[in-house]
Amino acid sequence: MTVSERTTIRSNGATAPDATGHVLSVEGLTKLYGDGCPDCLRLTGPETETNSCPRCGSIVACADVSFELRPGRTLGIVGESGSGKTTVLRCLYGDMPPTSGDAYLNAYAGGQRSIFKADPQERRRIRNFHLGMVYQNPRQGLNLMISSGGNVAERLLAAEWRRVDAIRERAAGLLGRMEIPLDRMDQIPAYFSGGMQQRVQVAKALANGPVVVLLDEMTSGLDVSVQAGVLDLILEIQREEGIAMLVVSHDLGVIRLLCERTIVMKSGRVVEAGVTDQILEDPHHPYTQLLVSSVNS
Amino acid sequence: MTTTIANASTAIEHNTAFDVGPRRETLPGYNYAFLDELSKKAIRRAILKAVAIPGYQVPFGSRELPIARGWGTGGLQITLSLVGAGDVVKVIDQGADDSVNAVNIRRLVERTAPDVSTTTETGLASIIQTRHRTPEQPLREDQIIVYQVPLPEPLRPVERKESETRRMHGEGDYSRMWVALYEDIVQNGRITRGAGYPVMVNERHIMSPSPIPRWDLPRLDMARNLSLFGAGREKRVYAVPPLTSVIPLAFEDQPFTVESFNGLHCRRCGSDGSYLVAIPDERGESHYVCSDEDWCAARVDAQQTLQEGQGAAE
Repeated sequence: MTVSERTTIRSNGATAPDATGHVLSVEGLTKLYGDGCPDCLRLTGPETETNSCPRCGSIVACADVSFELRPGRTLGIVGESGSGKTTVLRCLYGDMPPTSGDAYLNAYAGGQRSIFKADPQERRRIRNFHLGMVYQNPRQGLNLMISSGGNVAERLLAAEWRRVDAIRERAAGLLGRMEIPLDRMDQIPAYFSGGMQQRVQVAKALANGPVVVLLDEMTSGLDVSVQAGVLDLILEIQREEGIAMLVVSHDLGVIRLLCERTIVMKSGRVVEAGVTDQILEDPHHPYTQLLVSSVNS
Repeated sequence: MTTTIANASTAIEHNTAFDVGPRRETLPGYNYAFLDELSKKAIRRAILKAVAIPGYQVPFGSRELPIARGWGTGGLQITLSLVGAGDVVKVIDQGADDSVNAVNIRRLVERTAPDVSTTTETGLASIIQTRHRTPEQPLREDQIIVYQVPLPEPLRPVERKESETRRMHGEGDYSRMWVALYEDIVQNGRITRGAGYPVMVNERHIMSPSPIPRWDLPRLDMARNLSLFGAGREKRVYAVPPLTSVIPLAFEDQPFTVESFNGLHCRRCGSDGSYLVAIPDERGESHYVCSDEDWCAARVDAQQTLQEGQGAAE
């Protein structure tokens, strides 16, 4: 397959919804640390305000998390520190296996087979061809000791691009979009500022034309003006390329700007889900009310 | 004689049978082919697994040998565990048959496996143990080549942890290897790897072909012979079965190339289609000769025979 053919297939894949209209649907995603016992799920959660099972001491990082993502749309996940937001993303991206649950990506097996049932080699392909991830800390998402162009190239090479000129063109285009000066393309990101590193990471996550991009607290470490710039770029690219996004943040401003729909997590459970404006204007769950009021006050 | 992988197991059975009439005495106090039978069996099992998964590095318990680790112990353990009655062993050290290391390995095989003979002629050998070269002459399906490998892990330059490189092989997660090649091109305009150039085996595993020059790699692709690789210090064996694809990693717009000798030819046999090495003469000037000494000698012989034939005809 040539690169151009692959590009066409990619862009088709990014926009064409499956029969259900979802690019990603997650059902009952649960992640436990520890051996677990039959009472783990009952004794933890928002009612008991704990993640750790009093019986067996296992940590319930997230339990029974379900949601759907439509093509080109953005879903926000908010919640306090330790509520399981990042766990959800990392399970989806394949950084760690979930304890139970399923996730269907319409780009994999026509959305008929859970990506958690895929063998490690298939998982790696799903991640390389259909997903993109931006970590909170650029250190996790980038190799700071290879050039920023090389970092973007890594995703393209993983998606089996095999022409140096095409890779360089695509990397230069993406870094340009992210307002990284072209003369810094062959420099290592270790010499970049935090905001620049984060923009390189976004370029890397978008490189292979993913169907879904996962953003984990990506603006948390940046100052407000840089934040705004990065968010604007993301919105622009998302609108152009029709990529669906899953945005994890504890910053309600970011959620309000990026996400049409939002789910609220507390102690590893989804406590509220709906249209972002509605959740922020008329929160139902006591935790959401607390969250919204602490920002407004 | 007894050397496709199916026949290797025939050889295995012969190993324990001493009724074939040894021409020489085994060294007193030593087992046939130096290693004890259980060790040889364990190594052969590792080899069978390696053949079943082309390019996959199989761990094995590397044994002590009367030569130091790093001097060909991996290759030697494979050779010793395979030889049987009637086998003919050739040992190559960077193309030469007469280096101290090659001679000593040949002698060890001769003295501990009395019904095995040795040769320097590629065409006569059933097992060829080699370091840093593949013979110029293509091998047959009844021949096995055994490479001595110092560093079996091709991903080591991009990842230090063994657990991580094994995961990367398992998942086919080779993007970091490709990035290293990409960065090489960006910085140097070409891939600068020479010996030990990484190859993709059977479209699945990236493999180190041992430090043979790029020149030798095309002869590994779809070769008729079985290739075995042994790393004694690193305790790994791996294999390329006959008729298996071996493709050097390269980009579509930066294709793989072998070393070029810019029209130079061998001073002895005149060959311009073989891997050449520079040797200084008495006056300190460099001259080029074939690295594969057996190939070169055979060509010189053939030319002499031809000349004599023509002389006789006239």
